[in-house]
Amino acid sequence: MYKIAKEHLPALFRKIAGSRELYLPVKTAGQVNFAPWEETAAADLETLKTVKSPKDLFFPQCETLYTCRQEGGSLSVEPETLKEQEFVVFGMRSCDARGLEILDKVFLTEPHDSFYEARRKRGTLVVSACPQPEETCFCSVFGIDCAEPKGDAAVWPVGEELYWKPLTSKGEALTELVRELLLETGDREEALEEEKAKIREIVKQLPYAGLSLEGWGEERLLERFHSKKWEELYRPCLACGTCTFVCPTCQCYDIKDYDTGQGVKRYRCWDSCMYSDFTMMAHGNNRTSQMQRFRQRFMHKLVYYPANYDGIYSCVGCGRCVQKCPVSLNIVKVIRAFSQGEAPEGGGKNA
Amino acid sequence: MHECNCGKNQTTDVLIPMTGRITQVRQETPDVKTFRVEAPQGGELFDHMPGQCAMICVPGVSEGMFSITSSPTNREYQEFSIKKCGSLTERLHSMEAGDPILVRGPYGNHFPVEGELKGKNLLFIAGGIGLAPLRSVINYVLDNRENYGRVDILYGSRSADDLVQLKEIREVWMKAPDVNVYLTIDQEQEGWEGHVGFVPAYLQEIGFGPDRSALVCGPPVMIKFVLAALSEMGFSREQVYTTLELRMKCGVGKCGRCNIGSKYVCKDGPVFRWDEIEELPDEY
Amino acid sequence: MQELIRRGKELLLEGTVKRILGWKAGDLPYNPEPAFFETEEELKDFIYNGFCGANLSKYMIEAARMEGKTLVFLKPCDTYSFNQLLKEHRVEREKAYIIGVGCRGKLDIEKIRSQGIQGILGIEGAEGDSEGEILKIRTLYGDRTCSYSSAMLERCHVCRGKEHRIYDEKIGESADTRDRDRFGEVEKLEAMSPEERFAFFKEELGKCIRCNACRNVCPACSCRKCVFDGNQFDSAQKANADAFEEKMFHIIRAFHVAGRCTDCGECSRVCPQGIPLHLFNRKFILDINRFYGEYQAGEDIEKPCPLTDYAPEDIEPGEAAERG
Repeated sequence: MYKIAKEHLPALFRKIAGSRELYLPVKTAGQVNFAPWEETAAADLETLKTVKSPKDLFFPQCETLYTCRQEGGSLSVEPETLKEQEFVVFGMRSCDARGLEILDKVFLTEPHDSFYEARRKRGTLVVSACPQPEETCFCSVFGIDCAEPKGDAAVWPVGEELYWKPLTSKGEALTELVRELLLETGDREEALEEEKAKIREIVKQLPYAGLSLEGWGEERLLERFHSKKWEELYRPCLACGTCTFVCPTCQCYDIKDYDTGQGVKRYRCWDSCMYSDFTMMAHGNNRTSQMQRFRQRFMHKLVYYPANYDGIYSCVGCGRCVQKCPVSLNIVKVIRAFSQGEAPEGGGKNA
Repeated sequence: MHECNCGKNQTTDVLIPMTGRITQVRQETPDVKTFRVEAPQGGELFDHMPGQCAMICVPGVSEGMFSITSSPTNREYQEFSIKKCGSLTERLHSMEAGDPILVRGPYGNHFPVEGELKGKNLLFIAGGIGLAPLRSVINYVLDNRENYGRVDILYGSRSADDLVQLKEIREVWMKAPDVNVYLTIDQEQEGWEGHVGFVPAYLQEIGFGPDRSALVCGPPVMIKFVLAALSEMGFSREQVYTTLELRMKCGVGKCGRCNIGSKYVCKDGPVFRWDEIEELPDEY
Repeated sequence: MQELIRRGKELLLEGTVKRILGWKAGDLPYNPEPAFFETEEELKDFIYNGFCGANLSKYMIEAARMEGKTLVFLKPCDTYSFNQLLKEHRVEREKAYIIGVGCRGKLDIEKIRSQGIQGILGIEGAEGDSEGEILKIRTLYGDRTCSYSSAMLERCHVCRGKEHRIYDEKIGESADTRDRDRFGEVEKLEAMSPEERFAFFKEELGKCIRCNACRNVCPACSCRKCVFDGNQFDSAQKANADAFEEKMFHIIRAFHVAGRCTDCGECSRVCPQGIPLHLFNRKFILDINRFYGEYQAGEDIEKPCPLTDYAPEDIEPGEAAERG
C-alpha cells in the first residue's frame, strides 16, 4: 500500500503521460468526461460521475474497422491497426470497472472482437473509491463495493491524500513507473479503514439501497415479456438514446459506410435499441412500437443478459440513466414497478 | 460457431471481410438472381454447413446477411439467391460476373443434417425465395443419399415466373431416386399445368404422415399456416425446423440487433426447431 | 396542486375528457415524469411542482390520435408550443382541454448539483404554490440551501411572461421570472471574432453524443421520419464520423426549426452534456426580429411566419447575408 499527497497528482500524471497515454476525467465546457491528460487539461477527480462512462476508451462511440478501395476490377480491404500503445485510465469508478467486465463477456467470447480485445490488453485501470456516493447510485444492489475498488490498481482519496494499491501485474508495473512519487504507508492505514467504513455507511443510506431484483433473470422471461406494465412504463419515453449512450454496459452497435472520396471507410458506431430504425430491414421491422423497443432495453439488461451469462445483470447501478433521462424514466423505476407485484391489470404504480 | 479453417483470406478480425469474385449470375425470376462467388484463386470461399449464412458487403452501400444456397458438398463455389428488395440488393442486382465482392462468414448454426436429421425421411416445404436455404440441405442430402430416407419437396410461389432454381428442380431433383417434388403456384396462369393453390392447403391435400422431419422456409405468413397444418397432420414440435430472419449487422452475436429473448438469430439461429421458437418472445 | 387534481377529477368524472396529461411523482425528490392518467385512482400519483419543467405540448400530437379529449396542463411558455403545433396542424384544438397552470419558474437539478450539493434526499420549497425564495435541501452530507432563482432553468431567466397564449381555463398564479436579457448571450456571440465563435461552438458541440434527445423532445421536430434517420442519407445518423457531422446535425436542425421555434428551451434542458443548444435558435429568432420586425412563434395562430410569408418590404437576401 502506498499513498501520495493530492497536490502531487499533477506530477504523477506527468510521469505516467511521459511513457503511456493517460485518460482521466477532464472538465470541458462545464461537463466532465474522460479525456486525454494534457498539461492544460482541467483534470477533475472530484466529480463522481462522468457524463459518458469510460467505456468508449475500449469501445469507442465511433471507430473505423477497415477501408475498402476499388481499383479497376479489384477490391482491397485494409484493416485498421489494433491498439498498440499502452494506456492508463485513471479515476474510473467501481461501477464502470464492472461495466467493462460485462462488456468483456460479450466482446471476448468467441469470436473475440480484436479491436476491443487489443484495448483491454493495453489498458491499465486505476479505479477509485467513491468518497461521496450520490442519491442516484445503486451499485451495491449488484454486489459492487465502491469502498473497495477492483481494477489493476485501486486508489482511495482520503483527506489531502490518495492511497494507492496495485492489484494486478499491470497495476504493479504502473506502480513501479511512478514509484518515486509514492510513499509507503507502512501499517498506518487507520485513516483508510475509517474512510471505507464511512463510505459503506453512506451506501446503506442511499435511497435505492434496498432495491430488490427478485423475479428478474431467466426464470420468468415470457411472463415479464408479456406483462402489461410495459404499456404503462414506456409512455413518456422520447425514443432518444441518452440512456443507451451514457450507459457503461450498453454494447449494441451499427456498422456503416463513409465514402471519403478516396475509399470507403466501414466504421462501427454505438447504436440504440431505443431508435426506431434499430431493427428496420428492407422488408419490415420486428419491433414497430416504442413500447417494444423500451421493453427490449430493460429485458436485455435484466433478463436476457443474465440468461446468457450466469445470472449476471447487465446493469451496474451507476445511476447515469437516472440522472440523465430527459423525462426521468430509468431502470430503477422499471425494476420497482415489477417488484410491486404482477397485478393483472397494471395496478401497481411507480412510487 | 463454425470457424473458417480453409486457410484462405486470413483476416485479423471476424468483422473484416474477404474478397471474393462473382463468377456467374443467373436470373431466376424477375426479381431474384443467383450469384456464384469464388475465392480469388478459385474454389469455395470457406467451409460451411447447410442453413448457414454469410454477410455480403458492397462498399459504400452496406452489408447484408444472406443464406448460402449452395451445398457444402460443392467445393467449387458458394451461391446466394438474392431477391431485390432494398438498396443493397438493388446494387447487388446490378453486378455482373467478374465483379469483385466482399464476403464474411459463414455465420450461424445449420440444419442438423449430421445429427437429428440423419436417417430420417425428410419433407421440405418452401415458399418463394425461402427455397434458398433449403436448397443447400436438399443438395447435401442428395449428395449423401444413403444417409437419409425418403425425400419430399413441396415448393410454391406466387406465379410460375417466381419459382427459383426451376432448372435444377426439373433436371436434378425430379430425376433423383426416392425423391418426390410437388410444385404449386398461388393463382391460375397460362401455360402452367401443375397444381394451383397455397402451400399450406396443398400440404394438407397431399397429406404427408408424421413419419418424417419437416424443414420449412418461406414468408412468415406461409410458415404460420404451414405450422398449423403440420400440427393438424400429427407432426410434433420436435419434428419441424424453420429459419428466422431479423436485421443483422455483426453476424456474431455482439451488435445486439437480432437479439430476441436470450437468443441472437445470427449466432444461435437462423435454424430453430419449432419447440425452440415457441420458447422465444413473439418478436420475430 | 390539489386544485389541479380536483379539477382534473371533475372533468374526468363528468366525461368532458377521457384522460389527463400531466406529471407523475418520481422516486426521487426531483424526477417527476410526464404521464397520462385515465382514472381517478391513478391521480393519486399526480404532481405539479418546480421540477415539472417538461413541456407536454408534444405529447398532444399523440393525444390527437387518441379517442376523445385529453386534458393537458400547460405552463405559460408551453402554450406557445401548443399554438405553433396547432398552426402546423399537428395537434387538434377540439381534442384538447387546456388548463393553463401557474408557473413561477422551473428548476434544473443540475444547477443545484453544480453548487456542490450532492446526495440529495429531499427538497423543500419546490412545491408549485409556495412563495419560498429558498430551497432547503436535505442531503446525505448535511442540510444545504440555495436560492430558488439560482436553481432555475436558463429559459426561466428569460421568461416571456406569465400570459397563457391558449387555454380553456386557468388555475394558479404565475410569476414573471425574467432577470436577464433574452438575447444577451447571442449578442455576446455576435461580438466575437469568427475564430472565437467557431472555437466556442466547436468546444460545446464537441461534447455531443448524438443521443437525439434535443430532437426528440423538440415540439418543432415533429416530422414522422427525420432526415437523420434515413438510410439513404450518406452520413451517420447516430455517431459522429467526424467533427463536421456533429455540427451539421445541429445546424440542420436549427435551420429546420427556424421561424417555428418558440424558444421553449427543452433542447437545452434535456441535453445530457449541457450544450446551450438554444443559442442557435435564439440567433435565428434575433435575426428574424431584426430583418422582419418582432416575431414570436406560437404567440397566436393567425400571424404568418416571416420566413414563409412574402411582403414587398422584406429584406433582400443579399442584404441579410451582409448583415451576417
